[in-house]
Amino acid sequence: MSLTQPKLHDTDIQRIIGWILRVGVILSMLVVFIGGCVYLYRHGAETVHYKEFIGVPGFVHSASGIWHGILTFRGRAIIQAGIVLLIATPVVRVIFSAIGFALERDWLYTVITLVVLVIIAASALTGHAG
Amino acid sequence: MTVTAITLIILAGAYLAGLLGSLTGLGGGVVIIPLLTLLLNVNIHYAIGASLVSVIATSSGSAAAYVKEGITNVRLGMFLEIATTIGAMIGAVLALYMQTNVIAVIFGLILIFSALMSLKNKKEQIETKPNLWSEKLNLNSSFPSANGVVSYNVKNVGGGFFMMLFAGVISGLLGIGSGALKVVAMDGVMRIPFKVSTTTSNFMIGVTAAASAVVYLQRGYIDPGLSMPVVIGVLLGALTGSKILVHTSSAGWLRWVFAVIVTFLAVQMIYNGLNHKI
Repeated sequence: MSLTQPKLHDTDIQRIIGWILRVGVILSMLVVFIGGCVYLYRHGAETVHYKEFIGVPGFVHSASGIWHGILTFRGRAIIQAGIVLLIATPVVRVIFSAIGFALERDWLYTVITLVVLVIIAASALTGHAG
Repeated sequence: MTVTAITLIILAGAYLAGLLGSLTGLGGGVVIIPLLTLLLNVNIHYAIGASLVSVIATSSGSAAAYVKEGITNVRLGMFLEIATTIGAMIGAVLALYMQTNVIAVIFGLILIFSALMSLKNKKEQIETKPNLWSEKLNLNSSFPSANGVVSYNVKNVGGGFFMMLFAGVISGLLGIGSGALKVVAMDGVMRIPFKVSTTTSNFMIGVTAAASAVVYLQRGYIDPGLSMPVVIGVLLGALTGSKILVHTSSAGWLRWVFAVIVTFLAVQMIYNGLNHKI
């Protein structure tokens, strides 16, 4: 495996990665914006303060809650879905990087990329525990 | 305050934060957190959660443009993401147990450091000495420039990796991209050309932030009502900033003004932290 050989494939993968990042950001921002409009329409006149930390409302705290909130057209559930989509964007990018490296038969970097995915998964599980 | 009022105020503030962050290269996070906590009395946990979300949006948005140009060193970014994601996970867990006023003081210190870093003059450096580890890991690369393709080597892989671990912890703890620390690791320790380190650091920020965002999301740090104007405002501000940056190439005084503002915010954060007001 020479050092200069995989460059041509690199650019293809990088184009796909760039596309994923752009689409992910645009799509998630659109969802957040729609959710924001619904939220302001329904709750705009209420008062709110964020001084005390009390977590988030129950219906946006779990996947099932968010899904149910979207079906009942609740603004904050839609916003949260957009935010989850946004957080997923770089993770999807990493998955495509792994596929890209595997297609190039660059096994070292396929493994490195998979390690990053495992760390993110472990991090997600840490959030659940305790 | 009503939801509509606070949303509009945060939207305007976040736009300014995104603009400032983009023009100084500090990132929107470092400005939005003091703005939310000092001016709007928002709990620092919520502020950090909202900031982290905006960090993912801006870094992914600009990484999309950079990756296409072929300047980003994707392999180097991937390898160092092992360090930053481990760090981010540790940082996010630390944030759950750390007193909010301690977080505020650390934030202020990192903010001052970042402001100083943004004033430093960047000069292009090309490392040509071969390095065992960077060859083994296939990290050496090249990038297109006005004078043709420039090849470079990567130095001190272990040191850079360790520095990135620290950058990850700070990112996860404070909800910022910690771009300044990433650039220290890549410019200072690994001797990577400035253009490459900036774009590669930016490429990594989104993944690093995602690793701690998954923790924050489950802990209820990311409030949708608050995050919505923050993420939209910061992203639009950063977009505007990137447009301005193209037109005014030498705005040295502007960087000084921003550094002074940012330092002022940092001192406020430290003061409030020490007096347990945050």
